[in-house]
Amino acid sequence: MEIEGEMTNYIIRRLLLTIPTLIGIITITFLLMYVVPGDPIRILMGQRGDPETIAMIRKQMGLDDPLPVQYIRFLTNVLRGDFGRSYATNRPVLSEILTRFPATLRLALASMVVASVIGLSAGIISATRQYSFFDYSSMVVALMGVSAPVFWVGLLLMWIFGYTLGWLPISGYGDITYLVLPAITLGIRPAAYIARMTRSSFLEVLRQDYIRTARAKGLTERRVIYIHAMRNTLITVVTILGMELASLLSGAVLTETIFAWPGIGRLSVDAIIKRDHPMVQGTVLFTAIIFIFANLIVDISYAFLDPRIRYE
Amino acid sequence: MEDNVLLRVERLTKLFPIRGGIFQRPVGYVRAVENVSFTISRGETLGLVGESGCGKTTTGRSILRLIEPTSGKVYFNGIEITALRRKELAPLRREMQIIFQDPYGSLNPRMTIGDIIGEGLEIHKIARGKEKERRIMELLEVVGLPPAYIRRYPHEFSGGQRQRIGIARALAVNPKFVVCDEPVSALDVSIQSQIINLLKDLQRQFGLTYLFIAHDLSVVKHMSDKIAVMYLAKIVEYASTEELFSNPKHPYTLALMSAIPIPDPDVKKQRIVLQGDLPSPSNPPKGCRFNTRCPKVMDLCREVEPELKDIGKEHLVACHLWN
Repeated sequence: MEIEGEMTNYIIRRLLLTIPTLIGIITITFLLMYVVPGDPIRILMGQRGDPETIAMIRKQMGLDDPLPVQYIRFLTNVLRGDFGRSYATNRPVLSEILTRFPATLRLALASMVVASVIGLSAGIISATRQYSFFDYSSMVVALMGVSAPVFWVGLLLMWIFGYTLGWLPISGYGDITYLVLPAITLGIRPAAYIARMTRSSFLEVLRQDYIRTARAKGLTERRVIYIHAMRNTLITVVTILGMELASLLSGAVLTETIFAWPGIGRLSVDAIIKRDHPMVQGTVLFTAIIFIFANLIVDISYAFLDPRIRYE
Repeated sequence: MEDNVLLRVERLTKLFPIRGGIFQRPVGYVRAVENVSFTISRGETLGLVGESGCGKTTTGRSILRLIEPTSGKVYFNGIEITALRRKELAPLRREMQIIFQDPYGSLNPRMTIGDIIGEGLEIHKIARGKEKERRIMELLEVVGLPPAYIRRYPHEFSGGQRQRIGIARALAVNPKFVVCDEPVSALDVSIQSQIINLLKDLQRQFGLTYLFIAHDLSVVKHMSDKIAVMYLAKIVEYASTEELFSNPKHPYTLALMSAIPIPDPDVKKQRIVLQGDLPSPSNPPKGCRFNTRCPKVMDLCREVEPELKDIGKEHLVACHLWN
């Protein structure tokens, strides 16, 4: 009723706010490509290109038009969902991205499961048993997890489980067995990060006065931790989960390369190497949009989790 | 006489270890509460006064075992609660409640006040569903808040209103004994009197027994039947309110009383201003703990610690001047 109306208002306001952000990102992406050195047409043509042909193609593609004209064209095209065509394959950028996206999505969700299951449980147990053996050891492991380079972890896992033990396929894209190693590789860093953040935010909440109030009520320790403390730590945890998921969804360059995983990460790196401007713009924009929406979802969940945010 | 005692505290002590070194072994102790003993009869209020950091709050919380006491015994209604295991303690929480000092921090910001007040009812299987809701509204009314506020969150209330919520929460489970831990220190003076009068009314209405902790003697005087004055982890004087105010003995009590403002500009007051700071509770002075600041200090005070002795009319004082 009253609260639902407030929520709807909040969500609408928050949605409207994404519009200027989006336009800003489109503008920056456009300008970036314009100032980057290297002529894409020359690279596209290679040795074959004689100056006349290049000039003709430039004209055809509208690259000789004044900057504002190019910008408006780019902006209107993007808003219509037209990200242009790849210089390299001449296929629409958006459809290239969308064909690659399911692979990235699969990997992202799988690593997110790995990260949140390990991270949350380690974080909560560490916080409730502060200074215990479990606490110390899991925090040391978490530190290693944050510091270990992804390619090294990936190669190590491949060597142990793929090569030496032969339990799982070393690399490639296929059924669920192919998913396990890259998901763990990619999940370790966010798991460690989530564990540390969950622990510290739990410890902070456990020191609050209302936790003492909860104990004074005669509640069980379980209830104090999982009902009273949990609600107040969720904000931090949700923020981290949202941001981690967004970064996973925008593709994992190293992991995708090591495991030959056909995702967005590899697509964007290839595009940069080939100076495939429309493709680079497309992947950057796509990533930005994913971040905007992840932020939006995180913000909306804040309002559900914390009654105080709705009134601002 | 003895049957009338609801709470008996015997030689309650709480030491907080100070850890140091690589292995975080205790290198010393903060003596927050030392050998504190007193009794409170049914329906009475014992006021516990003393300056910040003297161990009042630790005493209150140790009694409820919100802080585990280091040693000493606490009997509630004849049951030794210091000997109970955690599980056995939970049902007793229904009988013994606490009102916290800080009305901002002590309410969970993610819960509606209905949930905050009602949780105790559910946990202790007192009421559920419609009955629980009816009871919450009744409690809100008792503490002077509109029952319609049941679905609101703590941040929508002022300090005084929040303290009323804290009181409703404590009373929800029909306790016999309530520790009021500086319930008005965080509030404006005008609100203080409202809350104090509310606490008095509730005591009369529900036959409550209070341990009333404060650093303001005038507030304690208004509330209490008996008063214990604490200085640096120990009780230095204990008497009925009337006796203490008409016949204060301990130099520390005298100093505290001289600080009470008198609302009459013509009255000339002799203010006893204590010199120096409160000594460190991890390293209390030898002899009488007050000797570093006492205006009437004698050689004996620096050597021998005075015992808390009855000087007649149940008036106890720990001072060499009176022994």
